[in-house]
Amino acid sequence: MGYEKRIDGRGMEDMRGLKAKVGVIRQAEGSAYFQMGNTWAYAAVYGPRDLYPRFMQDPTKGILRCHYNMMPFSSTGERVRPGGSRRSKEISMVTQKALLPVIDLSEFPNAVVDVFIELPQTEAGSRCAGICAASMALADAGIEMKDLVTAVSVGRVDDKLVVDLDYSEESYDGGPVADFPVAMLASTGKISLLQMDGLLDKKEIPKLLEMARKACTRIAEIQKAALKEKYGVDSNE
Amino acid sequence: MNEAGHSHNHIVKLLDAGFRLDGRKAEEFREISLETGVTKTAEGSARVKIGGTEVMAGVKMEVVTPYPDAPEDGTIIVNVELMPLSSPDFESGPPGIEAIEISRVVDRGIRESKALNFRKLCIEKDKKVWAVLIDLCTINAEGNLLDACALAALAALRDARLPAYDGEKIDYRSKAKDSLPLEKIPISVTVSKIGRHFIIDPDAEEEKAIGARITVASLEDGTLCAMQKGGDEALAPDDVIKMIDIATAKANELRGMVG
Repeated sequence: MGYEKRIDGRGMEDMRGLKAKVGVIRQAEGSAYFQMGNTWAYAAVYGPRDLYPRFMQDPTKGILRCHYNMMPFSSTGERVRPGGSRRSKEISMVTQKALLPVIDLSEFPNAVVDVFIELPQTEAGSRCAGICAASMALADAGIEMKDLVTAVSVGRVDDKLVVDLDYSEESYDGGPVADFPVAMLASTGKISLLQMDGLLDKKEIPKLLEMARKACTRIAEIQKAALKEKYGVDSNE
Repeated sequence: MNEAGHSHNHIVKLLDAGFRLDGRKAEEFREISLETGVTKTAEGSARVKIGGTEVMAGVKMEVVTPYPDAPEDGTIIVNVELMPLSSPDFESGPPGIEAIEISRVVDRGIRESKALNFRKLCIEKDKKVWAVLIDLCTINAEGNLLDACALAALAALRDARLPAYDGEKIDYRSKAKDSLPLEKIPISVTVSKIGRHFIIDPDAEEEKAIGARITVASLEDGTLCAMQKGGDEALAPDDVIKMIDIATAKANELRGMVG
């Protein structure tokens, strides 16, 4: 029978509704909000600032620290206990690795740039939404960047390859499911985050990466539009 | 962004001349906005902005075993997260004393006023009651988090709907129509003393200059339900009386926003 129609009616390669905004947290050096359907992410950047304890400092460059956190009420099921979990620590780490290739902190020895990602509401794809928001917040903070980072989850639901799985698809039980989140540098398409859970045929990888690339290009347009909206830059400049 | 580092003296001198840094009157709030239903994953939610300060509140519901000394009473837990995303002064890690104080003051405003009828949160005596878990997360911290959190908590409680429960499992995806048994609207207002002046709703700059503060939760008829003094200075009895008067008068102005 197969997976004929997506549960929310989207085309197989369509993303959920995207929304982006820059400069949403006044106390931060840079901040952004990114929405992928019902998954919402805030990101705020503080720094470069002094890093303590001192033994963590790197005298050759500043370090990037990422903190991914789901707000306690951000899951449809039970309350998420505050204080971090193994899952949130791992996502913080892969988020940092996703962002590192585009930023240059060599001018800030011994300093730290902190990126805080907070999710008020989630419905799958939260690490991707968080990375999209974080990349915009870093740009808003004026951190030197070579590129924007975009992220989306592709994968498979039963016999179909799809883009941007939502919760109902991640938990689809009519056939095999694979969730394959990737982060890509916006202009080169290089991959800075790659994870996969589920069952995939390796022959499907090129097609999936191509689908991700297309989606990421679209995300980058939305990110840039939001940055331009705040800074009033004309696209021809 | 902010006029950096106004000294205590400067703020007091301005108040002596009848001014505040941002031109407000002593007993004037910054602009307040309140929105409910701001996250779909919570059973109830609210976003409160007071000037630049922004707080999100979310209510989650769980079924728990009642305390042995109150076998027919549901319960609440209030938790404040001073998120490091919202201010350069907040750090990651377990809640510090500031977050704990706000949690407890908000908790008492709701609990002691009997605003929420705990008895009506009983599902089965001795066995099952609803626990109402109220989380408050700061999005941007620019002063007066106490009043913002208290207001957001109340608004989220008012917005909340019980999830479907079949006696064994909660189905969070289908919300029942029943709202929570919220029978009163306690409103908390914090009055601060700077020099010899009483002000409400200090911004981040003014907050640093505060000598003492009293948070008063009160009901529509003026009944006080919880109070908390903070700050390092001692207050004369006359000061306390004056501050309570200001707080209860201001509470009635805010009540309309939730009620």
